[in-house]
Amino acid sequence: MDFELSAFESELAAGVRRLVERHFPLEAVRRGEGTGSVVSRDGWSALGDAGVFDLCLAEDVGGVGLGLCEATLVFEELGRALVPGPLVASHLAAGLVDGAADGTAVIGLVECTGRGSLPLVVEHLADLDALLVLSDEGISAHEPSSIAARELDRPMDPLTPVFLVEELPAGTPVAGSDSAAWWRRDGAVLTAAFQVGMAAWSTDLAVSYAKERHQFGRPIGSFQAIKHICADMTVRTEVARCSVQAAALTVDQPDVGDPLSAAAGAKLLADEAAIENGRACIQVHGGMGFTWEVPAHLAYKRARVLASVFGNADELAECLARSLEEPRDGDRHRSSDR
Amino acid sequence: MDLRFTEAEEAFRSELRRWLDETVPILPAKPDPADWTGRRVYDTNWQRLLHLAGYAGVDWPRDGGGRGSSPVEELIFKQELERAHAPYVGVNFVGLLHAGPTIIAEGTSEQRGRYLPAILKGEEVWCQGFSEPDAGSDLASLRTRAVRDGDEYIVTGSKIWTSHAEVADFCELLVRTGAEGSAHRGISWLILPMDSPGLEVRPLATIAGSTEFAELFLDGVRVPIANRVGDENDGWRVTMVTLSFERGTAFVGDLLEAFEILDMAVGLARRTGRFDDPAMRRTAGHLRAELDALWALTRRNVSHASRVGIPGSGGTTFKLAYSEARNRLGEFTLSVLGRAGLAASDLPSPDGGDPLPAATFVEDWLRGISLTIAAGTSQIQRNIVGERTLGLPKEPRWTSS
Repeated sequence: MDFELSAFESELAAGVRRLVERHFPLEAVRRGEGTGSVVSRDGWSALGDAGVFDLCLAEDVGGVGLGLCEATLVFEELGRALVPGPLVASHLAAGLVDGAADGTAVIGLVECTGRGSLPLVVEHLADLDALLVLSDEGISAHEPSSIAARELDRPMDPLTPVFLVEELPAGTPVAGSDSAAWWRRDGAVLTAAFQVGMAAWSTDLAVSYAKERHQFGRPIGSFQAIKHICADMTVRTEVARCSVQAAALTVDQPDVGDPLSAAAGAKLLADEAAIENGRACIQVHGGMGFTWEVPAHLAYKRARVLASVFGNADELAECLARSLEEPRDGDRHRSSDR
Repeated sequence: MDLRFTEAEEAFRSELRRWLDETVPILPAKPDPADWTGRRVYDTNWQRLLHLAGYAGVDWPRDGGGRGSSPVEELIFKQELERAHAPYVGVNFVGLLHAGPTIIAEGTSEQRGRYLPAILKGEEVWCQGFSEPDAGSDLASLRTRAVRDGDEYIVTGSKIWTSHAEVADFCELLVRTGAEGSAHRGISWLILPMDSPGLEVRPLATIAGSTEFAELFLDGVRVPIANRVGDENDGWRVTMVTLSFERGTAFVGDLLEAFEILDMAVGLARRTGRFDDPAMRRTAGHLRAELDALWALTRRNVSHASRVGIPGSGGTTFKLAYSEARNRLGEFTLSVLGRAGLAASDLPSPDGGDPLPAATFVEDWLRGISLTIAAGTSQIQRNIVGERTLGLPKEPRWTSS
């Protein structure tokens, strides 16, 4: 048992960090604000070339052949750079939809599970080459130009344009209910990893501001009132990160636990960490934090968007409650689990 | 990263599990919690059995008489003990987890030979005399004074929050040997025999109604200078060295017990129909997520200790998150009990099934409150994270000098 990053895993994370720093500096990312189209095709291709989308695709079909665990390291780095666009959907679609794996196509996804999903609001529609609709029955692919939709004014996250779908013609079925189930599970883990990256980004931003900003003749970070906010941000990030990486390993190595409840727990805690840290980062910035110019609000808003996909808080907690009702003999007596 | 245990680790587990399966069922009945003499007998007997089986001081280095196990084996050890519902470390806590490791690291060969085997065999019990009424979070301001007189120190002062003092043979005692205001530079670490003349032990009841705490009053107590561990005025460093023995496993048993309490509470809520309430289900689900995450963090901290040999900042992170989760778990168990939780007494179940475990839940809820206070309050822990991990500037230090 070794639940620390291997040398390869550390290098993978560092490599992706260098890549996103080069292709997605915050000033460049912010130029997409309010434009209705935030995906840079060059950036997307660079992510594709680096293996971000085909990372978990088997080698014999041209993928990198790594596990979900490695993918969480990659998505944490994408989150840390607030990279916009349907990253998780495109990753899941690799191998299923042409162009997804190498980043030449941008694939979006929306969950449609009956009345709870209405009104049907879709992210990034103007940037998509294909929209996948995920329901309990399976996954269908839709040509974006065939969808009657209108862009909504004032999206919550200025880097996540949203569209109201008025009419969704029937699409082409591309996968069945089994795929829909594991897409939900892996989508939750990868989204959670992105949230952890944003939680860490918010922490870093708050801490550096707390060191620079002086009031009463001292850096505000010397006051316990501010210091303890920053400490709590660190704790939330670290707990969520462990939860996400353990969930990914549980998917990759199912003999160590129950992948479904591990994924739900990871998403639940990572959503909270990203949302609460986003809010805390604004608070540490005081009045400046309430301005558009200071980027603190971007992570807070994106965290809210991502908390609405692959299970919201109530759904995830309910999923965990169900797992508590199941007979737990397997869990208890499996030596490799707790 | 790999969460699977190696073959060698699994072999350690199987052997231990076999021994536990044979040993735990034939242990004597647990004593009444208020019977301290009985608890000492019970806990030290368990320690004796561990010693005979080669599991005493599983985390202690071999040259200190321990088993010298890896941090992962230590994790497995605690996991299996919890699974088997084996006795807790109980009154042996300070000896095994603090005083012993301190003497291993800093004691003379005579001190090691005199004290270590008796701790491992369950022959002698230790307690801790660190905190004082006026020195809690600011421990370095402690004022219990030791003055040299020939080959002895004469010690006067008082200590508080001393667990198991009533049944202890020795106390690891921090005293001021330096000038007033010398703070952490004027502290020494002494071995105090609990039968020393001039020492008075006064029980101190906790909010859980237990008397495991005591106050110590020292009035001219004579302690041989030979009982000092480390140099005079170097006791602060001696104490800190011991903390580096912690390998991320301090709360393993506690955390696994929390899983069990959550299962018990959910089981009860299902029997009484309260688990049909979506709010209650979500609270339980959220707690499950938190405990799973803390189990992941435990494995992260143990893995870190395996690689680096010393604990990282993960222990502080764990304590902050765990203590709060455990308090929320306590609140949840009370909400499941409803008015059956108005006394820490098990009540007959309305459906004729197992009794409602109010004694366990109410006591556990109360005990959980100590977690955000003991061994460094959550506020002190947040200062540590803020200053040591994040590099935020320190508050100006105010000292009594």
